[in-house]
This record gives sequence, C-alpha cells and structure tokens, in this order.
Amino acid sequence: MRPKTRNRRTRLLAGACAALAAVTVLSGCGDSGAGGGKIKLSLGLFGNFGYTDLIKEYQAAHPDIEITERTAAYSDHHKNLAAHLATGGGAADIEAIDTGYVAQFKATPDKFVDLNTVGGDKLKDRWLGWKWSASLAKAGQQIGYGTDVGGLAICYRRDLLQDAGLPADRDAVSALWPTWQAFFDAGKRFQAKAPNGVKWMDGGPTVLNAIVGQAPVGYYDQNDQIVVGSNPALRTGWDQVVDAVKANLSAGLLYSTPTWNTGFTQGQFATVTCPAWMMTKIKDQAPDTAGKWDVASVPGGGGNWGGSYLTIPKQGKHTKEAADLAAWLTAPEQQAKVFTSKGLLPSTPSLYDDPKITGYTNPFFNNAPVGKVFTDAAKKLNPQYQGPKAGDVQTEFGNAMQRVEQGKQDGAASWQQLVGDVAKLK
Amino acid sequence: MAAAKTLSFADKRHHWDVKLSPFGFISPYFLIFGAFGLFPLLYTAFVSLQKRNLLDAEGATFIGLGNYEQLLFHDPYFWNAMGNTVSLWLLTTIPQILFALGVAHLLNRRLRGRTLFRMGMILPNITSVAAVTIIFAQLFGRDFGLVNWVLSWFGAGQIDWQAGTASSHTAIAAMVVWRWTGYHALIFLASMQAIPSSMYEAATLDGARSWQQFWRITVPLLRPQIIFSTVIATTGNMRLLAEPLLFNPGTAAATGGSDRQFQTAALYLYEQGFTKYDFGYSSAIALVLAVATMLVAGVSYLVTRRIQTD
Repeated sequence: MRPKTRNRRTRLLAGACAALAAVTVLSGCGDSGAGGGKIKLSLGLFGNFGYTDLIKEYQAAHPDIEITERTAAYSDHHKNLAAHLATGGGAADIEAIDTGYVAQFKATPDKFVDLNTVGGDKLKDRWLGWKWSASLAKAGQQIGYGTDVGGLAICYRRDLLQDAGLPADRDAVSALWPTWQAFFDAGKRFQAKAPNGVKWMDGGPTVLNAIVGQAPVGYYDQNDQIVVGSNPALRTGWDQVVDAVKANLSAGLLYSTPTWNTGFTQGQFATVTCPAWMMTKIKDQAPDTAGKWDVASVPGGGGNWGGSYLTIPKQGKHTKEAADLAAWLTAPEQQAKVFTSKGLLPSTPSLYDDPKITGYTNPFFNNAPVGKVFTDAAKKLNPQYQGPKAGDVQTEFGNAMQRVEQGKQDGAASWQQLVGDVAKLK
Repeated sequence: MAAAKTLSFADKRHHWDVKLSPFGFISPYFLIFGAFGLFPLLYTAFVSLQKRNLLDAEGATFIGLGNYEQLLFHDPYFWNAMGNTVSLWLLTTIPQILFALGVAHLLNRRLRGRTLFRMGMILPNITSVAAVTIIFAQLFGRDFGLVNWVLSWFGAGQIDWQAGTASSHTAIAAMVVWRWTGYHALIFLASMQAIPSSMYEAATLDGARSWQQFWRITVPLLRPQIIFSTVIATTGNMRLLAEPLLFNPGTAAATGGSDRQFQTAALYLYEQGFTKYDFGYSSAIALVLAVATMLVAGVSYLVTRRIQTD
C-alpha cells in the first residue's frame, strides 16, 4: 500500500512539475540568441526604402554582420511597432518611422536609444535643421536619423492629358496651374474631354494632404494644440477639394489602398500629388506605364508630405551595431544612391547642390529633371510643425473626404464631424 | 462516520491521494489557462481601471470606473460599433447555421464522390483568414470587382460595397459565412449519420415528404449540435476583427469605413488601443465586449434550445 501511495504522489508531483515546466517554457520562449557567430540585425521598414543593394554593400564591408529586411504596409508597420514597444519584445533592431508618427513615438523617448549618446550629436549637421528637430524629444534625446523628405510635385500622365487636348510638355503643364484653383480649373477642362473612365485626380484625400503640407501651420500649433477647426488654410483647401469632387474630377480612391494601386495600373486618373517617394510607388506599382508619366511643379508653392526616420528600439540586442548601420544608411553618400536608384529625396542639404543629384533625370518619368525639381522644392521648403498625432489627424482627413466622395455627407457636415473627431485625439 | 475516526495516517493519505490526484492530472490545463487565459483577463480588468498610454506603463493613473463611464454613457462611436457587431452577428450566424444544415442534408445522400465533397467543405476553413479577406475585398471592389461585374449583367449599377452600411455588412458577412459554413456542416453531417434510418422509413410509410422529414426529424434530433454550433459561431462572430480590418486596408483600416459604417466592437478596441494608444480604454472595451458576447451567446442558447420535436 505504502509504496504505491508514494508512487502516486511522485507521479502527481511529476505531473504538476511538467505542467509548470510547460508554462515556464512557453512563457519564456523569446527569440533565441544569434547563431553562427554573426551579429544579426533586422530592419523593420514600410514601403520601399531602396536599401536592398546598400545592405549587400554593408554586409560585404562587415562580414560579421547579417542584415534582414522586414517590410510591412505603412499603417500596419506603425501599429506593430507600437505593440512591440509596449510589450518590450518583437521590434526589429532598426525601425523606420514616418514623419506623421515620429512625434507620437518621440513622446516616449526611453523606448529608443538616444542617438546623441552614440555619436549622433556629431552627425547633426548632416540633416536639414527641421528634419533633425522633428525627431528630437522634449528633453533633447534624438530618437531617429532622418532618411528622406517628401517635397511636393505633381506627377501626371502625358498621354492622358494629350488625349483630352491639354498640353503635355512639363513646362507648359506647370504653367497651367500656378494655384490650386487653376489646377482644378484645368481639371474641369480635362474632364470635359477625358478618355472614358479616367478622372483628373486619384482622390480628394491625396490632394488635400498636399494642400495641408503647404500651409504655414498644419494640424497643430507650436504648443501641440490641434487647430484644425480654426485654421483658415485648411478650411479653404477643404472647400476647394470638395468642389473638385463635386465637379466629378476625382476617381474617389484613398491613397495607400489596394484599389488605389490598381488605379495606377489601370490608368484611372491623370494626375497624382507627388512627394518624391510617390515616384517610387508609381514605378513599383505600374511598371508598364514607364515613359507615360512626367513631373510638373506643384500648385501653390513648396511643401512637404512624408519622409522618414530610422530609429533604434532599446529592446534590441545589438543597439550599438544597429546605430552604426542606421548612421551609415542615412549618410549623404547612401542617400544619394537611394535618390538615383529609387527617387527618395535626401534629407541632407549638402547634396542639394551636388551635380550628381541636381543633374539626375528619371527615365521612368520621361526623363523629367527630378533632381532639379525636388532639390529646388526642398530648398524653398518652409518646414511645418508636426504635432504628436499628425498621422491620426491625417487619417481622419482621409475618412472625412471619403465621406464626401462616397456621397454619404456634404462638405460642411463632413467637416463638422472631422473637427469633432480630431478634437478627441489628445 | 464513526469509521473515519479509526483511520490511520497512511489511510488518510491514501484517501487524500484518491481525492486529489484527479485534480493533479487536469492541472496542466488549468495552469496553462491561468497563465494565458485568466491572468490576461484579470490584468485587462486591472488596466481598464487606469488611464494608461500603451507605451507608457509608468505614467498610468488609477481612475476607477472612469473608462466605463465614458464608454457606456458618452461615446456614440462605441454604440455604433456595438450596433455593427450585433448586425454582423445576425447576418453571419443565422445564414451560417441554415446553410450548414442544408449542405449537410445534401451531403448525407448517396452521391458520387461524396468524400471529395465532404472534404471540400472544410477547405474554406483551413485557408488563412487574411488571404480570404483580401480576395473577398477584391471581389467586392467598386471598379473592377467580380461581384459588380456579375451584377452588371442584370443591369445593377456599380455598387460601392465599402461605402454603405448594408452593403459593407453584406460583403463582410459573405466572407464569414463562406469560411465557416463547411465547418458547421461537417458537425451536422456527423450527427445526421447517427440518426437511425428506421425513423425516416417509418415517416415515409406515414406519408411524410422529405421536406417534412427534414424539419420534423433531422433538425430536432440535431438540437445539441445546433446549440453547440450556434454558441460557437456567436462567440466567434461577436468578435470579428480581421474581416472588417482587412476589408478596408490602408491607413484608415482601424476605423472600419469612412463613417465607421462597418467598425465592429473588436475593431474599435483595436483602434483605441493601437492607433490612439489608449490602453485603459481599449481594455474597458474588451471587458464590455466579453460580457456582451456572453449575453448574446446566452440568448442564442435559449433560442436554439427551443427546437423540439412535436
């Protein structure tokens, strides 16, 4: 009797231990250490940063480092990053952050390596002043090295404009639209003779973003207060775009969606607001349209939309090596390569007078002198202050304009709802 | 009782052993459930009482029931999301169960290659929900969608499926129904095969037509499975997240349409937690949604329980 009892008890204990062990193993299963002796660095990106060749170059120069790229969709990327920072695990060694989100992330600078402590303070002069300060936390920690800036231009389809009896030559096209009102008027002329199924512009939200990007004050004032409801520049732009939508100039597509991507391949619209990174998107999305596109200047003067940063989450294993890699990737020499291979506009002003950059023409866009167009725009650019939730305000603007495009609300009602919605973003 | 007093210590120990070992054997489940089920639940309840930024746990402050008060009494978007959730629950669960019954009935006959058909039923269920949703979102596309193309043969105009409330709910329900009908059909089919054929033979002799046999014999005898399937489907369909999220990919995915016309409660939770970083508020939504799911599952249990033979 007794031995049996003991046996049972041991078994019981063993069972409980196994269960406990299972729990501990499961909860304790993090990522295993670097294998093979190499330091493994991961890059969390969205869209196309044009780093694939640079990574090969860096690995060749640093045989002990192995780099992997992880690319996600724009909004997924930023949401995942927030989740990974919150849970303290899962983030890549280097995480890209867009301008629209950088203010939000710099509010918790302790989640990131302060680049000023690893030599960033000495590199400061590489970047445009406003680019550097946009990722600088309140207490002076630098969370990210700037990659590109957006700038603004208009990309247009030469063939479609020609079909509708408008000029196709880029200087003549630029002359068509000194102002946004002229841009929409040209649109009405286009739409009257447009090929079947083709609209003047891709969607209201895209154009509205450009208009917002040009305003001296955007969604926020310098004190991080949302001023959407009281900023006349935004309301004027809103009303203009609403009128254009009502005049049937818009294909009603929301940027960065699959249907919008299809719009490029199907040629559903003749113009699209073009920050420099947009050229990469068009080329990636609709390679068959090579030579049909061209680039003209943007109505209403210089402005910025987008551009990104490379940050080093503190939770990474090799933050030192990651910081070195980020500094290298964002150095002027590498930014120049990204510009000529992918068209992303450098954020390092030393390149703006570099003949390699200013002389660059893009064959995909009918040899448009994009080097000159975008560096000129970047020099003239008046930086706009980006508040903490700029990315989310932008999303609400997109939704609000979509409500008008989908016929759910008129311009005034949708604006009113928009002002209420953004007031909830604190 | 008197005998118990005379037990030796060893006997007592044996007595405890017999009584306690079963608990030991089932403990692995409960330990794992405790770590991955109960603890997160309690922790969520704890967080829901805080004002807390997702990225800033140290800065959290205790605000009692403040999140719940805001949620239940001052947040029309939450009630909009709950309305969408209930609407989608009805639009998914009822067709799912009815179609599954019909499909199971059809597959319960002598068919050429019926194993193939039966296996095929489960295929939608084992495909990735993300892949299914992305494909369905294309099928329901405004400009180049297959559904609109087919509808155009019948003179229907171009429907912007994402724009409308009814149209978007229909499209999302179609994804869910397509994905889950086969699963429930297989459960029903298994039980149908257990119904003795003598019952149908007797009914045939009494002059009952196959339609009558289906509703008077098959369905009542499947009552336990129908209850099970309905409750399972309810708990799943009350928490729809991936379908509405991926139906509207892009920067605005979490709002479920331009006017939140298909934002479910789970999606609202996601929006609050992961785009607005309001961890406390989204935890409160999670708990309210859990309670609502239990209530609705209870209702569907009560409704399906009323199925009976007459």
